[in-house]
Amino acid sequence: MSAGRPAAPFAVLVLRMNALTSGVGQPRPMRAANRIAPESKAGRLRAGGVELEVERRGQGRPLLILYGEDALELEAPVLAELAKEHELIIPSPPGFGASARPDWIESPDDVSYVYLDLLASLGLGPVPAIGFSLGGWIALEMASKDDRCFSKLVLVDPYGVKIGGPTDRDIEDVWTIHPAKAATLKWFDPEKGKRDFAAMSEDALIVIARNSESFARLCWDPCLHNPKLKHRLRRVRVPTLFVWGQNDGIVTPDYGRAFCAMVPGAEFAVVGSAGHYPHLEQPAAFLALARKFLA
Amino acid sequence: MQVWHFTEMPYPHLPPLDTLSTMRVTLPSKHYDPKIGADLYNRYLDEYIIADELGFNHMLNEHHQTATCIDVAAPLSAAILARQTRNGRICILGNPVANRGDPLRIAEEMAMIDCICRGRLDVGFVRGVPYEVFAANTNPTQTVERLWEGIDLAVKAWTTHEPFNFEGRFTRRRLVNLWPRPYQLPHPPVWITGSSDFDSIRKAAARGYVFATFLQPYEKVRELFDAYRSAYLDQGLPGGGGTAFMPLVYTGESEEDAEAGARELVWYMTAKTEPQFRNPPGYVPVELNVKALQGKFSGRTDAMRTQGLEFQREQGVVMYGTPDQVAQQVRRFYDRVGGFDHLLVMQQAGFLDHARTVRSMTRFAKDVLPQIKDLARTRPNNAKGAAE
Repeated sequence: MSAGRPAAPFAVLVLRMNALTSGVGQPRPMRAANRIAPESKAGRLRAGGVELEVERRGQGRPLLILYGEDALELEAPVLAELAKEHELIIPSPPGFGASARPDWIESPDDVSYVYLDLLASLGLGPVPAIGFSLGGWIALEMASKDDRCFSKLVLVDPYGVKIGGPTDRDIEDVWTIHPAKAATLKWFDPEKGKRDFAAMSEDALIVIARNSESFARLCWDPCLHNPKLKHRLRRVRVPTLFVWGQNDGIVTPDYGRAFCAMVPGAEFAVVGSAGHYPHLEQPAAFLALARKFLA
Repeated sequence: MQVWHFTEMPYPHLPPLDTLSTMRVTLPSKHYDPKIGADLYNRYLDEYIIADELGFNHMLNEHHQTATCIDVAAPLSAAILARQTRNGRICILGNPVANRGDPLRIAEEMAMIDCICRGRLDVGFVRGVPYEVFAANTNPTQTVERLWEGIDLAVKAWTTHEPFNFEGRFTRRRLVNLWPRPYQLPHPPVWITGSSDFDSIRKAAARGYVFATFLQPYEKVRELFDAYRSAYLDQGLPGGGGTAFMPLVYTGESEEDAEAGARELVWYMTAKTEPQFRNPPGYVPVELNVKALQGKFSGRTDAMRTQGLEFQREQGVVMYGTPDQVAQQVRRFYDRVGGFDHLLVMQQAGFLDHARTVRSMTRFAKDVLPQIKDLARTRPNNAKGAAE
């Protein structure tokens, strides 16, 4: 992999996404303006055999953003802040955003091969990355295969490994919990999790529905973990910081510490008054930790 | 018109429903009393034997982790009926092949039952209602693909009489070689169910399978049956097939008696389920989930549940009245949907007790059946092979 950065990694950079045909696993045409910040550029790129949407936002040292299953980061202040210091490279995993989802994509493990190809084709060299929740899990799937693509990793409340025995509930099963209870587990302040879907455009709702479906496609069984991953994490030799919401009820800080201990030399930090999304509930505290580690 | 008796074998003896958040998936089994269960199983099977003597065919289904249905293995109840009935056909509607995940075991069991009952078996396959993916832990985004790979493999196993290998997406087997083969040649009639998936309707029509839908308003049923019929024509009339509809049915001795019976049956329509079990991600297409986010869709059957009995009767979802009134409702529904071939009568649900169930069934057999049995079939009853 080249350490230098080619001038134009995309063949075409467009503000308006290409229309794709409708059908299973295929996104419908939508207006980029509905979900991409005005200063950003959304492009399409074929990597690992999959048509991916890749957004670029801001200026500065490249920073890879692997967003979480809910994609709440995309509209949040935390990315706007980071975009002041970095050029954010924000791919959508297969089946998320406007990325296609071929049938053979069935797990974060499958996604990791696509993303390794994506990074190779972007020619960024070792790049720092922040992975939120599912995005953190995908980052570790990638690093366990080839850690030379990353210079540093910040992982925010990721899933991905099972710690206990068959009847231990290491990771709350988000699909079997009543939505009202799930909100109290995900958020320190559940009010912050409320979203007014009725006020959203149909295009925005299509993305939310696709993301929700694709999250289940990737993570339903084994529920939110890959039994192989913990045996592969010894291969990850990238400086890594786990950041955890103190009040995360989906994956607790104890789970996070055990997970962190599987990655050689990884550090662990807790953000108070925050659930599964410390970067959304306490963006200043999160940014202080991330900036210090990435400096 | 073929008529099929059906009960889902409910276990209604629960604590007050307002104290429960759900009757499915997570209702603790401490609420199940095996002694009551023993009585219920034997009672429901007795009713099928009575139905056989009255001239009904038999329909069976299965569900899991739910008080609404304690028939957890339709092949077991079908095997009992294969020995204990003599006349009616026996239709499993159906084998949840997507969730069970073992199409060849299903094919074997169906072949064995078909031999025991000497060719009275109809074999349905279902994708399974949304709640079922939790008990089976099936990925809800892949149930349609699993359904069709499973059906095609089962049929191939019935119709291939030399060992073959199968390396599919969901099932991989070396040396598939079914012993026994089904009694009917080349295989029993196949049914599938659906409520809006037109792609599956086209597949069913192309293969000459019967298409069945349950508890839907007549306009929706007409749309589904029209799609089936036009696909059937487009595919060059593959042979076999047909259409089937299931309402709740109570045949009373008077209008008052009928309405009282119908009110007991609709217990089934009010079964509570927590919202996360009603629409797991990917079970319905993105377009429907967009409507769900907009508050315009809350699960396939929710709208019908919340309506009153009068409305449900007008729509054809619940048919009740005196025998003449029930016959008139069946004929009206037949006309409204462009005709159909199989009436699946859910004559028992909820607390409707044995004596009233049997009286309703008897009135139907004696006074309704003669008025509807000559309604013309829109397709031959049997699958292509069974007719040969």
